[in-house]
Amino acid sequence: MQLHPIDYTIIALYFVFVLGIGVALKRFVKTGLDFFLSGRSLATWITALAFISANLGAQEVIGMAASGAKYGILTSHFYWVGAIPAMVFVGVFMMPFYYGSRARSVPEYLRLRFDEKTRGVNAISFAVMTLFSSGISMYAMGLLFQKFLGWDINYSIIIAALVVLAYTFLGGLTSSIYNEVVQFFLIVFGFLPLSVLGLKAVGWWPGLQAKLAETSAASGFAPGVMTESWKHLGTASANPMGVEWFGMAMGLGFVLSFGYWCTDFLVVQRAMAAKSMNAARRTPIVAAIPKMFFPFLVILPGMVALALFGQAGLGLTEAGKTDYNMALPLLMQKLYPPGLLGLGLTALLASFMSGMAGNVTAFNTVWTYDIYQTYIRPGADDAHYLWMGRMATIFGTVLSIATAYVAMMFNNIMDLLQLVFSFINAPLFATFLLGMFWARATPNGAFWGLLSGTGAAALHYGLTGVTGGRAVWLHVYPSDMAQNFWGAIAAWTACFVVTIVVSLFTRPRLPEELKGLVYSLTPRVTEPGLAWYRRPAALGVVVLVVAVLLNLYFR
Amino acid sequence: MALDLRVPIGLLFGLLGLLLAGYGLVSDPGIYQKSLGINVNAWWGVVMLAFGLGMLGLAWRAGRRGGDGT
Repeated sequence: MQLHPIDYTIIALYFVFVLGIGVALKRFVKTGLDFFLSGRSLATWITALAFISANLGAQEVIGMAASGAKYGILTSHFYWVGAIPAMVFVGVFMMPFYYGSRARSVPEYLRLRFDEKTRGVNAISFAVMTLFSSGISMYAMGLLFQKFLGWDINYSIIIAALVVLAYTFLGGLTSSIYNEVVQFFLIVFGFLPLSVLGLKAVGWWPGLQAKLAETSAASGFAPGVMTESWKHLGTASANPMGVEWFGMAMGLGFVLSFGYWCTDFLVVQRAMAAKSMNAARRTPIVAAIPKMFFPFLVILPGMVALALFGQAGLGLTEAGKTDYNMALPLLMQKLYPPGLLGLGLTALLASFMSGMAGNVTAFNTVWTYDIYQTYIRPGADDAHYLWMGRMATIFGTVLSIATAYVAMMFNNIMDLLQLVFSFINAPLFATFLLGMFWARATPNGAFWGLLSGTGAAALHYGLTGVTGGRAVWLHVYPSDMAQNFWGAIAAWTACFVVTIVVSLFTRPRLPEELKGLVYSLTPRVTEPGLAWYRRPAALGVVVLVVAVLLNLYFR
Repeated sequence: MALDLRVPIGLLFGLLGLLLAGYGLVSDPGIYQKSLGINVNAWWGVVMLAFGLGMLGLAWRAGRRGGDGT
């Protein structure tokens, strides 16, 4: 794959802007709040686009196209069953407590609502998880550019990491968020022509259906399995994902997606940087509008790639399996002339960097406020914590590079991420649900619930296996996905039940202490005289209706 | 924040659009066999340029009203 001068020019122009934004914002960063939460001053459209973009890392772009090639339109459940309802929920019901409590991070909310040890568990597990995500993002990028352009994987990782480090170090969260918005538009402009040209190449939607019907039949499934999202979910054996509707709706939709979008500080931090309660609540809901259409941008190219190249055409990984991660780059190579190719590659770079920057900024906040300020050096002045945040940006980046090399041991990035999330995020959503909506939930209940949930996820993973994998004791799932979804369900249920049981036997906190933190003890947010599109609940309903229509259309 | 994000976005996409559209006009038509015979550089460059100008226009209007756009 040969690049032309025009392609390099486009990539270079992007780097200039990314770094320029960091430099331009440096003079506005004066306090810790500026650095970690953008001084809580950003407009809704900015925080909303950053909300999606922070998640648009490797897992989204390469992983979703890979899943599109592997599972077809079933992948859309990550959006239309998973992300969208969760984003509406966090905006309408949870943001009043996140933003209203003035907590500076998700772990800090847990300390306000429960106690120190619950926050500690969450802060430490989150810090580890963000570093992993960041490392995976970088590894995916390095691998891709190595295969695709012959660039040295070590150089790719280190150069991208240094650029992200430079702009987050200088401008903190604002710089990360501003760049995420730029990256959002780049991703849209870089990938949209790929979907359109790809669809045109296969004869639009009917042509894609016809071509994928052949490949599905060849692998022993019903012809429509790749292009119909609900019809083949009756039993786990009827679709390539190996999941039936209950595991899908509960595991992916309810537990994993709500766990991620409602409690992951990486995304919640973007909403916390909004300028008002109303803007914070609308952030995830406004974000859900473009998010709904992302399957057309990231999953569709994967499906087109499968239709055009077939499984064999995607090549093999080192482990000898079909390399689905090549779906998107191969399609780009086939359809993009010089010029547009540079733009497409810039969009890929942008997605990796936004994913990584999101992780780095979330990490430095949690590290500084929830770990360093709490356990290592409390009571220092603001300037010291601002300095610590910048230091955390540096060693967070270094640790991410280290995890990138750890990530090299796994094949499908998406499955690995789901595995990590199912251990940590799945029980967390039960804790927040009970914490925000049940005043009787006690600190000890939350703490033991969380630990039991993570324990249950690990136990489930240890006791069950996947067809063709290692020897197991309890149950064999048809796919990694199915194992992860059910693991998440186990974790959530364990956390939910243990939290309730322990809460009933331990002392709750006084109602006065929980004002602004629990639904029943917080005055309702009323918004008289606002247009419907400025009211979170009304906007949320509209978003949900469109999501239902999309599900029905592609059922 | 005193930096209106629409300005850098407008500049970046305006420049990218100009670059791509310009390249689309001077490049060898043979390279567009890949993109199914469509000069995607020219067309997409114009779309990006329009988007960039639109962003700059919004920023300019906000600046005249005295808002900082954030």
